[in-house]
Amino acid sequence: MVATHGTDTDGTITFYRLQACPYCERVTRVLEDAGLEYHSRFVEPLHSKRDVVKRVAGVRTVPVIVDENTGVTMAESANIVDYLESTYETNGENANGGD
Amino acid sequence: MPDFEVVELGPADHPTQGEAIEDFTRPLVTDEFWEDRQLSELLSENGRTIVVFTPMIGSFVGTYVWSELEERAWADRANSVVGVTASTPYGISQFLEENEFSFDLFADPSNEVAAAYGIDHDLDGMSGVSEPRVAFFAVEPDLTVDAAWVATEWPEFPDYDALESDLGLESR
Repeated sequence: MVATHGTDTDGTITFYRLQACPYCERVTRVLEDAGLEYHSRFVEPLHSKRDVVKRVAGVRTVPVIVDENTGVTMAESANIVDYLESTYETNGENANGGD
Repeated sequence: MPDFEVVELGPADHPTQGEAIEDFTRPLVTDEFWEDRQLSELLSENGRTIVVFTPMIGSFVGTYVWSELEERAWADRANSVVGVTASTPYGISQFLEENEFSFDLFADPSNEVAAAYGIDHDLDGMSGVSEPRVAFFAVEPDLTVDAAWVATEWPEFPDYDALESDLGLESR
């Protein structure tokens, strides 16, 4: 059987996230504000079950993004926000996670 | 014949051989994560696919069907197999992990996909719960149905040997 998953979509950002995780939502806001195309993958709440994130990024924390445009894989919301803003020249109005 | 009463569901108004099946996008749950996937996208990646509908995860019907398909090694014998059920991604994810099934399942908690395919039924005695009948569709990349089997009773399981030949699975 051919795998039905694991293929990243062309030239978009794959966003590993956890439901209702504030750090993930912070990244979501920046992605949305910048009008970037992204593809969400929701992972398990338990760290021990997040093998896919470990494999992709070397950590079990979320958020993690994989940017097919630049070949960058990155963890930690603050780093991701900085990266997105400098790479895509967003205005950064939500960068500090304020609402 | 079973010596207990089964519920007659009657014939379903589902897509049959030669007809096109409706495309849909739902979260596809793997043993590691869930993400939105479109059926037509999977079909173009994987080719001819067997789409399997079962009642909710947790029901013995769903468990029996997927255990049978695992035992019969459908993952190796069919080109591609994917499930659809009226359960949440978390429920499906736990089910796949606990049973070590080698299949991915679409999560359709609202059961709208089954309704669009004419194979939904209400769970009697439980308000607001609808789930799919047991159903199998062999679907070509252009969304044309090649073969279909849909339960007309509840519970009802197919004659798996006959079904495998209808669906064109490789012999063991």
